[in-house]
Amino acid sequence: MTGNQLALWYLVASVLFILALKGLSSPTSARRGNLFGIIGMLIAVAFTMAIVKNHTLIVLAIVIGGTIGAVVARRVEMTQMPELVAAMHSLVGMAAVLIAIGAVNNPAAFGIHEPMPAGNRLELFIGTFVGAVTFSGSIIAFGKLAGLGKHFRLFSSAPVVFPGQHLVNLVLALAMIGFGIGFFLADDKGWMPFAVMTAIAFLLGVLIIIPIGGADMPVVISMLNSYSGWAAAGIGFSLGNTMLIIAGSLVGSSGAILSYIMCRAMNRSFFSVILGGFGAAEGTTAADAAQKQVKSGSAEDLAFLLANAESVLIVPGYGLAVARAQHAVKEMAQKLIEKGVQVRYAIHPVAGRMPGHMNVLLAEAEVPYDQVFEMEDINNEFGTTDIALILGANDVVNPLALEKGSAIYGMPILEAHKARTVVVNKRSMAAGYAGLDNPLFYMDKTMMVFGDAKKVIEDVVKALD
Amino acid sequence: MTGTIDPTVFYLIVFVLAVFVGYHVIWNVTPALHTPLMSVTNAISSVIMVGAILAAGPEETDFGSVIGAVAVGLVAINTFGGFLVTQRMLEMFRKKEPKAGANKG
Repeated sequence: MTGNQLALWYLVASVLFILALKGLSSPTSARRGNLFGIIGMLIAVAFTMAIVKNHTLIVLAIVIGGTIGAVVARRVEMTQMPELVAAMHSLVGMAAVLIAIGAVNNPAAFGIHEPMPAGNRLELFIGTFVGAVTFSGSIIAFGKLAGLGKHFRLFSSAPVVFPGQHLVNLVLALAMIGFGIGFFLADDKGWMPFAVMTAIAFLLGVLIIIPIGGADMPVVISMLNSYSGWAAAGIGFSLGNTMLIIAGSLVGSSGAILSYIMCRAMNRSFFSVILGGFGAAEGTTAADAAQKQVKSGSAEDLAFLLANAESVLIVPGYGLAVARAQHAVKEMAQKLIEKGVQVRYAIHPVAGRMPGHMNVLLAEAEVPYDQVFEMEDINNEFGTTDIALILGANDVVNPLALEKGSAIYGMPILEAHKARTVVVNKRSMAAGYAGLDNPLFYMDKTMMVFGDAKKVIEDVVKALD
Repeated sequence: MTGTIDPTVFYLIVFVLAVFVGYHVIWNVTPALHTPLMSVTNAISSVIMVGAILAAGPEETDFGSVIGAVAVGLVAINTFGGFLVTQRMLEMFRKKEPKAGANKG
């Protein structure tokens, strides 16, 4: 096969990747899109195999890795998707570094001149350091998401900060660039500067992610998604492979857009997330909350209210998923719909721990997706809704966000306070991630139902019978 | 302006255009599918495997090809895991037919 033929097959694969993403514009076309992606990948791998010799070794590696991947994909719980995605980002990052090592070792295998020209070295430098940062950063993100902080302090979901942190990062980044230039100028293969630069990049990945708190994980995971794409594109530049450049750019821009959406939903600037420290001891927990009165009711009271309502909007938060109450909620909604109550779900962009997470959790519980609405599409409806039922959410319905001067002023919220009656289920009066008290809980029309979401909803279901 | 275009400039053109395509395609993705978007982009970025295959490719098995093979193996986890978990999630977004005993992943 000639180089031109291979390049044209790569073009076909690139187009299929674009179609795969395009398919995700609606749930009905998404499965076909995924199929396009799979076909694109098959084409890319099969035609690359045709130009190499060591087939046994490669097929063996694919079989081993593929088996692990398939088993993980089948077994993973939907609540664990953020961890899985973080782990997968790290693999792309590591692969980029390994490929770069391979290219430094034997440029001829990639059709690159030996000794490697300066242009290729520059591109390789970029691909390697982005890959290395992606790898170690994703490992830290994985640890934080999987709750490994108990065993290893670097994985603590609270920000890990130390004095002079930004200065250390800056010095390391400059040193990394310095060794990158050394690699660029080297007459030989340049192993020494390459190795030092890569080691510094690994260290930087760790240092960049540790100061970012658990609440900002949706941004981090999107950002690392973006990095893994740029790493692939960087390797594409150094290998002169347009398909890798295209695929990497698609992934890179996807991650960047998701990061932007998540930042906007949390009312945080991208830089303040990156610089970290958020969610540390802000110390504004609901100290004066004890003095204020809340009305509380039982699951039976809630069932009575719901059965007599015409419309109910459910606002699910991550607390719902933690309590594994999605199926119970779906059952409750089913019962209410049978009684002629209109039931819909209102989803805040950061309701889960990664973009779109809550939608997947509800879909898993077989909640029909046409009952599930995004914030912009549903926010006007609260005013005409009888009951806003808030399950395990807090900051995303905090009306303080509408008050100038509050810590979360400007954060887009679901306007649950506009509903005729508000019911909030929480385990206790503890504050949310932002550490703020929530005036919604003290409104006259609000009823608090304390307890584990699953238990409460199951009691409601029983009472509805 | 005559003469051949330097390959790097050509790649830069491809890169910039691909970012534009990505930007427009991604903004059209429905927010409900952002998690599958992330897992499928993960799978797509594993196309970096073609680089790993080249590294593992030379006839003789040496340091470089072993490194390449390790990269192939790591990325294959992503390729299979990414597409399959995306498929699994998208199945959940299927319009529910009123048939009993629907298979849950």
